[in-house]
Amino acid sequence: MAPEPDDPVLTRQDVAKVAKLALLDLSDEELDRFTPQLAAVLEHARDLQSFDLTGVPPTHHPFPLVNVFRPDEVELADDVREEALAAAPAVEDHQFRVPPVLGESA
Amino acid sequence: MTATATPDTIDAGLPAGWEMVIGLEVHAELATATKMFSPAPNRFGGDPNTNVHPVCLGLPGTLPVVNGKAIELAIRIGLALNCTVQRCVFARKNYFYPDMPKDYQISQYEEALNVDGHLELPSGPVIGIERAHLEEDTGKSTHMGVSGRIHDAGYSLVDYNRAGVPLIEIVSRPDLRTPDQAREYVDELRSILVTIGASDGKMEEGSLRVDANVSVRPVGATELRTRCEIKNVNSLRSVGRAILYEARRHVTLYEAGERPIQETRHWDEEAGRTRAGRSKEEAEDYRYFPDPDLVPVDPSPEWIDEIRATLPPLPSQRRHALMDRGAPAAGAAIAVSRDLDGLALAAIEAGADAERVITHVANNLAVDRAESLSPAHFADLIRMESAGELTATQAKQVLADMVATGRPPGDIAAEKGFQAMDSSELETLVNGIIDANLDEWGRFCAGDDKARGKLQGFFTGQVMKATKGQADGKAVNALLMARLARDTA
Repeated sequence: MAPEPDDPVLTRQDVAKVAKLALLDLSDEELDRFTPQLAAVLEHARDLQSFDLTGVPPTHHPFPLVNVFRPDEVELADDVREEALAAAPAVEDHQFRVPPVLGESA
Repeated sequence: MTATATPDTIDAGLPAGWEMVIGLEVHAELATATKMFSPAPNRFGGDPNTNVHPVCLGLPGTLPVVNGKAIELAIRIGLALNCTVQRCVFARKNYFYPDMPKDYQISQYEEALNVDGHLELPSGPVIGIERAHLEEDTGKSTHMGVSGRIHDAGYSLVDYNRAGVPLIEIVSRPDLRTPDQAREYVDELRSILVTIGASDGKMEEGSLRVDANVSVRPVGATELRTRCEIKNVNSLRSVGRAILYEARRHVTLYEAGERPIQETRHWDEEAGRTRAGRSKEEAEDYRYFPDPDLVPVDPSPEWIDEIRATLPPLPSQRRHALMDRGAPAAGAAIAVSRDLDGLALAAIEAGADAERVITHVANNLAVDRAESLSPAHFADLIRMESAGELTATQAKQVLADMVATGRPPGDIAAEKGFQAMDSSELETLVNGIIDANLDEWGRFCAGDDKARGKLQGFFTGQVMKATKGQADGKAVNALLMARLARDTA
């Protein structure tokens, strides 16, 4: 449903919430700056929403391709594990060592 | 609240006037050789981080490519669950958790591969399937506490062997009403997945995992009340226990004038209870959007028909084949679950009584030896039993010999000197035993059901002893009951 033209398209609180979900730590000054910038993008989407698109299927992909599959055949590069672990900040027992995870139990 | 959960049966007991509304989300790992979007091996176990590939590690610059076999298996599942198989797209489910290195999981959201199906429980009810969509499994993180406490600081170790394994998520409609039905549903679903070769269905290895959505409502109401999603239900037994616990929790809240809040809860098997998840509300906002790295899947009608033609008979079809020939529903379900329905069907087709066939197949045949049994000999045995030439006990013994030796039942019965005891002969014997044990008989006549059950076992035992086990137990019981009716009249 298209929003009313007078509704604010995006509030500062919306931006703060999206930033939190994306683990971005934005300052008050940044929130003030980004809110109108992002709102401008959404204003454009609001223009598109004014069209009646009943019965028009969504475009999921710009290429008119479907069913791009690969065969179910194993390909293993031997050194993937060592290379990946070597790039990790912390490693223990060939596993990636990470800070404790919220809600996880022993 | 008096009922308690036991391993085999669960009292559906909610306080009078309440009923449960249960929907299940079952995740099953598909039996492919490689992962959903990368050519790394899909296999259980292995040294940490050995079944990995740059794609499933989420390394920059990598792109997913769909495993065609996973699509084929998912379509098999859709068809087996009577779903509409349709054009679909992959979507990104965004969240931060170290077991998902890309910081999103590829799943399906608005347009799933399989929708609007159903599954018939062995006990009869038909359960709606809302959708069965494809996604990728996550890695596995293990919490390492520094002090041994559960929620202390510590750290986690992450193994990506499982990350990217193809998963199907099968979402039922909220059509289940009891914990037993929920267990039956999971069992039937597992049996379908294994039968069609789509998954190994091993709950103990995590190939099949269950989340339960539970709410309660007054009996007769049609509305859906606030539900809680219970995670971490990893065995058939815990499916029933967790649902019962959660439903009772809701009833207790309503009866105290409160109401449950919609949340994700975790089943604690040891404590036998569910606990509120600790994750924050916002973490559930996944901001799905179509994955631009992947093009839609649009299976042609010809491909779907081709897959349909390779489906083996499904458990429900196999049960109905037996039931259509006079087998009782419960026995037919056991025969199919023991994979002995082919033998049962052949024996019934050869003229044997369906109920007796099912009794033997369900109770007296070891699955691993039964394949040596000729259906024709099996049918002959049932005919002898039906004609009263053998008692149930004798038939059971002959059957054991048939399986061991492959010889026909007539030869074995003759060799053992089996012949059914004449009914008047048996009556004389039963009366003789009663007369020799008049104290017990008096207590049998006067006792309650429990005492009577014990003493019935005593009398049957005496008769079996006197006949070296050749008497027909059912006939003995009938004689005891007839005499009881006379003596207490």
